[in-house]
Amino acid sequence: MKIPVSWIKDYVNINISIEKLASMLTLAGLEVEEIRYVGWEMPKYEDGESHEFKTYGLEWDREKLVVAEISEVKAHPNADKLVLCDLFDGKEHWTALTGAPNLLPYKGKGKLEQPLKVAYAKKDSVLYDGHKDGQVLMKLKCAKVRGIESCSMVCSEKELGISDDHEGIIILDDDAQTGMPLADYMGDAVLSIDILPNNARNVNVLGVAREIAALTNQPLKRIDKKPYTTSGDPIASKVEIEIANPELNPRFVLGLIRDVEIKPSPYIVQRRLRLAGIRPINNLVDATNYAMFEIGEPLHAFDYDVLVERAKGASTGSATVKISTRNAEKGEMLTTLDNIERKLQESNVLVCDEAGSLSMAGVMGGLESEVTDKTKNVLLEGAAWQFINIRRTANHHNLPSEASYRFSRGVHPSLSEDGVKRGLYWMQKWANGKIAPDLVDNYPLPPTDPTVRVTEADVKKLLGIELSAAEISKLLTKLEFSTQVEGTSVTAITPPFRLDIGEGLVGKADLIEEIARIYGYDKIPETRLSDQLPPQRGNPSHDWAEGAKNLLATLGLQEAVNYRMTSPEAQERLGLQGEFVKVANPNSPEKSVLRRSLMGSVLENIEANARVRETLAFFEIGPVFVPKKNDLPDEPHKLAIAMTGRRQPPAWDSTATEKIDFYDMKGVADAFLAGLQLKNIAYAPADSSLMPGAAFHPGKSAQVSVNDVVVGAFGEIHPIAAEKFAFGDAPVLAAEFDVASLRKAQPDFEIEPVPAFPPMLEDIAIIVDEDLPAEKVDFLIRQTGGKMLADARLFDVYRSEQLGEGKKSLAYALTYQAPDRTLTDKEAAKIRNKIVKRLEREVGAELRG
Amino acid sequence: MLDKLNEIQATALSALKEVQDKAALQAWKQEYTGGNSELTGVFKGIGKVAKEERGKVGKRANEVKVALMAALDEHSEAIKTAELARSLEEDHLDVTLPGRPFRHGGIHPATQTLRRILTILGDMGFQVYTSREVESDAYNFEHLNFPPGHPAREMQDSFYIEGTDTAQLMRTHTSPGQIRAMREYAASNPENPPPIRISLPGMCYRSEQITARSEIQFNQVEGLAVGENITFSDLKGTLNDFARRMFGQDARTRFRAQHFPFTEPSAEMDVECFLCGGEGCNVCKKSGWLEILGCGMVHPNVLTAGGYDPSRYTGFAFGMGPERQAMLRHNIKDIRYFWGNDSRFLEQF
Ligand SMILES: [Zn+2]
Repeated sequence: MKIPVSWIKDYVNINISIEKLASMLTLAGLEVEEIRYVGWEMPKYEDGESHEFKTYGLEWDREKLVVAEISEVKAHPNADKLVLCDLFDGKEHWTALTGAPNLLPYKGKGKLEQPLKVAYAKKDSVLYDGHKDGQVLMKLKCAKVRGIESCSMVCSEKELGISDDHEGIIILDDDAQTGMPLADYMGDAVLSIDILPNNARNVNVLGVAREIAALTNQPLKRIDKKPYTTSGDPIASKVEIEIANPELNPRFVLGLIRDVEIKPSPYIVQRRLRLAGIRPINNLVDATNYAMFEIGEPLHAFDYDVLVERAKGASTGSATVKISTRNAEKGEMLTTLDNIERKLQESNVLVCDEAGSLSMAGVMGGLESEVTDKTKNVLLEGAAWQFINIRRTANHHNLPSEASYRFSRGVHPSLSEDGVKRGLYWMQKWANGKIAPDLVDNYPLPPTDPTVRVTEADVKKLLGIELSAAEISKLLTKLEFSTQVEGTSVTAITPPFRLDIGEGLVGKADLIEEIARIYGYDKIPETRLSDQLPPQRGNPSHDWAEGAKNLLATLGLQEAVNYRMTSPEAQERLGLQGEFVKVANPNSPEKSVLRRSLMGSVLENIEANARVRETLAFFEIGPVFVPKKNDLPDEPHKLAIAMTGRRQPPAWDSTATEKIDFYDMKGVADAFLAGLQLKNIAYAPADSSLMPGAAFHPGKSAQVSVNDVVVGAFGEIHPIAAEKFAFGDAPVLAAEFDVASLRKAQPDFEIEPVPAFPPMLEDIAIIVDEDLPAEKVDFLIRQTGGKMLADARLFDVYRSEQLGEGKKSLAYALTYQAPDRTLTDKEAAKIRNKIVKRLEREVGAELRG
Repeated sequence: MLDKLNEIQATALSALKEVQDKAALQAWKQEYTGGNSELTGVFKGIGKVAKEERGKVGKRANEVKVALMAALDEHSEAIKTAELARSLEEDHLDVTLPGRPFRHGGIHPATQTLRRILTILGDMGFQVYTSREVESDAYNFEHLNFPPGHPAREMQDSFYIEGTDTAQLMRTHTSPGQIRAMREYAASNPENPPPIRISLPGMCYRSEQITARSEIQFNQVEGLAVGENITFSDLKGTLNDFARRMFGQDARTRFRAQHFPFTEPSAEMDVECFLCGGEGCNVCKKSGWLEILGCGMVHPNVLTAGGYDPSRYTGFAFGMGPERQAMLRHNIKDIRYFWGNDSRFLEQF
């Protein structure tokens, strides 16, 4: 919401700078987003000095820009479309040259009976160039136009930075004092305020003025409740109101004004409306907008005569205008005043008469009954509407308007009456109308304005500050709560313009927020928590995941974090089957379900980076989502890895080009599981009937179990699956582990003492059948070697013609070690022989020469 | 014979002076002290020397041998030193050639920022509490005091789950965890629920157009403290401590009134823009301040929903966006980088 500060000053004195004012409002929850200067002196900042707000605009020089009066408009000797103005600036007489079309009617009329007050710019004034697009600053210089020199000018709104209107010059109201600096007469600063949902009462000048009055300790200047005179027949005999659903329409008020004279509003009104972002139309429409901006009640003006005609044409034929409000019927249409025929929803509320619908309540008027420049008599509506319904209606029809902006945030029903009265007041003032006595007021559902009790102890408990009941009462009174102090407690009645205060404990919290706001959030001290420390529960699963991430990063893998939302097609590339958790309102088909495979996510990272990097290694730890009937989905956490590319990063002198394969993946798995201190790890061919087994090459994948429980699987991606991804040339390896299973398997571990005696080292090579898994040999060696065999490391796998078809040689480096002595050659040989014998016996191995 | 020995010594020592490298040194050793050398010949022929001379010649021969060996050692040391000096002089690399790359992994920037935040909060006693990402409408909105008809509850802002009996949605904030935590704690002692101090990190979801500035998925970290003695001034103190550790000990903050359904009073904490020092720049939209977190005293209805009697307990809560903080800290202009997982982005952290 944009508010000119000059307007706020109608209701409260402001004796601090605009920036200070904006700062106080911002801290109190009326966030000032920017300050636009239109004439007033702008703040000057030193280099490096903090600005609190975005400020911009034009400052008007007090000497060079003044109110002047034109006494005569003369023809230009050489140009029909230009005029010469005899002009007095309070000190001197000048001749100003202008082509403003709104001065042409005065041309050649001789001395004007009533001089025209204008905004006059002397030589060297800094202004916006009226002939250039946008706001381009210029300095006013002498120039000859068609033979006549001119060094000054009368200004348009565009030149002064009020609006982009450059159609004609500004003609000021007659009260403008000739010679007065323009900045004093009509300078301004416009605050752009972001209104919070609980601040709906402040979407108006009076509301903001009330906050300023409270924050700066100034009295609020109140609006006169009986400001106008009435005449003619009372309205009661002319109009009736019927409300079908008071929940949606708690109050409806109408006033009548007759014999209005439609013309432009006073210039000050037009200028304020423009600065507030509203286009002035005529004095009637402007009056409804002006009153709405002042006190926050959106008004609607009907052409009364149109309604009377409609009533006469209706079935009863009576001249009484019977207004009713009701929900739209199925398929009902209404042409709104923007001349668009709209199909209504049944939840939309309409204002109707006997002949049919007139307007979409609280959102937009209808075309037919709108006031025009021929309107003589006006029926003015002020009503209250349920805010949720208005918001839905405005959203549905995509009709953001000043009215729906306010009604969709909630306007107190008491303002219906205040608004109509204020609107009638301005109409009488600007259009000389005759206001009919009384109002017609149907008020079926007045809200209760909560009464809340708050004590000194309550304030202390919630805010941590000591305030006496008297101080609390004073703070609340500033916001127009009616308060009563009793000992240490204050009873406060909510003023009849706000809907944001609750009852009971909620009301208490609401009230304490108001106390804190007006007291000043910045004045509340900083303290450290002194409450007792809660039970220390920690979060082992979170800690585990963070530790695992570190472990994987040290193994050379990059953590990825992916969208949880994906498409079934993307996930089904891995042979995934079964139901997904589906998003009911996805943003795009690519993000229509929640992932069930985490491996799918990291494989997408390999795919997306294929053209960026040759070698890639990603991991992710996070949830996947599995639907559950009549319940929230399961969200098991998984750990997935994907890698591809070169085993060795390329270097300028390296020739190694081997690609990452199954055993690199297994090496990562080994190191990771070792890092987790897991023991009893076994690998077996992956079960291709299970996820993620189905995604893998059947001959190049393994499932991992710890203590005989499967915890995950890894391997090369199945060629059929790999074809569906845009991978690079190298094979892609991936793994998926179940986090809960890994965590469950994690044991405590004890260390082995560091050996005090030197080990004995020996290599042996054995020839076995090609089909024999190395793990079997490894197992037999270790089991047979027993405690004295500290390590057995496979260092070579060799095949040759000499060995023969279907044979391979496995070479192991054996480390013999005793904890208490240096082993002798003889002892070592004994262990070796035992191992070899067993291998010969059980797997038909043959010791190689 | 003695003359011969003198001559051997003189010749050998003068020859040694000409020796320049290890090979020549070896040859010299062979020539003057080896099995076929004249000196060895003298030792070998000592039996043929006249008996009375034998002692003198033997002694002198030994002296010559000792002298030659000493000279050899000395000269050998000198050659080694010279050779080392020469090799140090000659043997140097182009140190500007690239090092051989070493494969290394990394932690995602979102995780890194989360960790910074959680570490600071952890030091202040806020323990990590994690909870589910698909939530019921009750936990995501109702228990958090979102009034019916609140804009956040409308379809366009949240991702709802299809085909469920009661409304399920992707959580729009980590606040449902506040209710889950409170209920868990309260269940441990319903008559006297224990105090709570937790941080709630995790992924949240809002239905938005994905652009450089808005994402449908983002991390959030909330904090929650509940007890019988917790005030708004504690909230200010705690968050100022947090800001000073997160943004530097000189960080300036301001608290301005805000509105959230689940807190009352509510506030927004701004930190003076650390990019322009408060002078106003594009990042802070010329205001000199950066919005960092929302906070407030836990709403009585939320305490009640969590099993804590609001007439006895109070609490504060706050919430912030780690990605936004990482963007400010590292000048990341496009929020889509985070879940894009482009190696060229991730490698920079
Ligand atoms: Zn800045």
